[in-house]
Amino acid sequence: MHPFTNITAVAAPLDLANIDTDKIIPARFLRRLREPGYEKLAFHDIRYDADGKDRPDFVLNQAPYKSAKILVAGANFGCGSSREAAVYVMWDYGIRSVIAPSFGDIHYGNELQNGMLPVVLPDATCQKLRQQLREKPGAQITVDLETQTVTGPDGATYRFEIDVNHKERLLKGLDDIGLVMQNIKEIEAFEKKHHEEMPWLA
Amino acid sequence: MPQTLFEKIWNRHVIVQRGENEALLHVDRNFVHEGSFHAFKALALDGRKVRKPRQTFATADHYVPTRNREQGLAAVTDPEMLHMLDLFEKNAKANGIENYFGLEHPQQGIVHVVGPELGITQPGLIITCGDSHTSTHGAFGAYAVGIGASQLKQILATQCLWQKQPKTLRVTVDGTAPAGVTAKDIVLAIIAKIGTAGGTGHAIEFAGEAIRALTMEGRLTVCNMAIEAGARSGMIAPDDKTYAYLAGREFTPRGLMWDKALLFWQSLPTDAGARFDREVTLDAATLAPMITWGTSPEEAISITAAIPDPATASDADKRSHMEQALRYMDLAPGTPVDGLKIHRAFIGTCTNGRIEDLRAAAAVLKGRKSVVPAWVSPGSSTIKRQAEAEGLDKIFIAAGFDWRASGCSSCAAMNGDSVPARERCASTSNRNFEGRQGKGARTHLMSPAMVAAAAVTGKLTDVRKLMGI
Repeated sequence: MHPFTNITAVAAPLDLANIDTDKIIPARFLRRLREPGYEKLAFHDIRYDADGKDRPDFVLNQAPYKSAKILVAGANFGCGSSREAAVYVMWDYGIRSVIAPSFGDIHYGNELQNGMLPVVLPDATCQKLRQQLREKPGAQITVDLETQTVTGPDGATYRFEIDVNHKERLLKGLDDIGLVMQNIKEIEAFEKKHHEEMPWLA
Repeated sequence: MPQTLFEKIWNRHVIVQRGENEALLHVDRNFVHEGSFHAFKALALDGRKVRKPRQTFATADHYVPTRNREQGLAAVTDPEMLHMLDLFEKNAKANGIENYFGLEHPQQGIVHVVGPELGITQPGLIITCGDSHTSTHGAFGAYAVGIGASQLKQILATQCLWQKQPKTLRVTVDGTAPAGVTAKDIVLAIIAKIGTAGGTGHAIEFAGEAIRALTMEGRLTVCNMAIEAGARSGMIAPDDKTYAYLAGREFTPRGLMWDKALLFWQSLPTDAGARFDREVTLDAATLAPMITWGTSPEEAISITAAIPDPATASDADKRSHMEQALRYMDLAPGTPVDGLKIHRAFIGTCTNGRIEDLRAAAAVLKGRKSVVPAWVSPGSSTIKRQAEAEGLDKIFIAAGFDWRASGCSSCAAMNGDSVPARERCASTSNRNFEGRQGKGARTHLMSPAMVAAAAVTGKLTDVRKLMGI
């Protein structure tokens, strides 16, 4: 997994709350294999019109935001379906961090699993950042995991909280399987006891 | 110290503790469906195989065709969908997964229907699946969570899952639900009350008289939609109804093993005096049949109510979402929902595709005819056969419904069973997001009896008035 340390990049404001994972990648695309061109599926139905042309009102279609690597969204980002493809399409587009007041639980975990950093900041802060990004298209934001700070387009800094284990894994780019298998002795001992107590599960 | 059902299950499954609240948990049952291809591919690339095939259960549901099923794979005309089913079978075989309920298996069905009906789902277990509606299995008093592809890969490789311990939320529904108010209406009312993020970061336990009064199938419906309230898991403590349901099923223990299992299950319910981080209560007696009007499961109201005005929303985000929902759904504030014209009707899914759901719909359809295109996909092939033995299929067909094979079908329309743009579909599924049932499709969620009522009148209808109850 790619380690995440820090990023300074163009950020795009996504002003909708409750962006569900069906918006990030519609279900009919889930059978696509993750191949070159996959990033075209990101936000598909709000990004393109019926003829497949870019919708001018969608932020990532607007020139200064096209190269965004950071998104600032509204509450409950990534709610709904567990589809990890929602992370894949954003990653392949180039997104490396999403800042929002809250996330759907499963999607939050999926971002972490792929080296993408979900940052939780208060709603008022996210609104302020989105406004600043609208006023200065192409403005950059810095997200620093080590110091747990976000630096806005005006230089103001904001601290975010993140679970210490999640932070360590992201900084080091650790794959959970390797971590788990370090505990194989405990795992096998547990399973033996568990199945002795409940043999019908063996 | 008194413990909740959730704490008892969690504590029993911790292999390794990391820090204050993260644990490596043993997974008792891991379910997979065709969406698992990303995980299996990543597993193979690592040179790994499924570590515990005996604890892995595979069923084809998201991409299976619901028409021409007797033709088997030949009924799958889309090459990408065929590839999904093909990969699924190859992955199961390559990893020695014998509990494989493929397209042509007599017990094939929707994963969250098959698990409970075969007795694979049991109290006190940790259950996972790469699908957000895994919360369904919590109806048996299990901790059942949806996961993404990367975590699925980890579980396939290790049979363990790192999890940060969630907080606990008890939703107590006391009182008696009035006639015509079903499990689906109860859970829609809960979501309307606490919101789609109300349960985020929490494991929900549903409790109270009205929950106890539900059958196991009703409890499955309630737990199915816990995720729509933001909670990864929802559970209901096991009781005599649970044990009666489980007795004699294919994967349920027998004889001495049953006796041991029963003792364990009976130890699980939440202890008196146990503490929850948050508590919410509802009075079932105040409830009515519900319908969703918007593009979020929380945008639900009684069939007797009118479309709300965004100006009354409690915050700017909700207001903005409601405004967008009204535009997408082409609805105006103040319109009474009773009488709203619909174009399609769909009965099925892991929410409401079980035998009691089919019976409830059939009771409304008997002697009546649908005035819109309508179809029903039973939750499993087993349920389909049972429905046919009861003559329910004849009732659906006589009412003009298409009687189809089992699969996820129009829930997310991943198999092509989609609803055309701008058409309203009365649906027993669990999500009404924009484009969920097809690009531009307009979904109204409700109970099976309410879908049947809407089908025969062509409008959203109060089923109680139609049936004189």
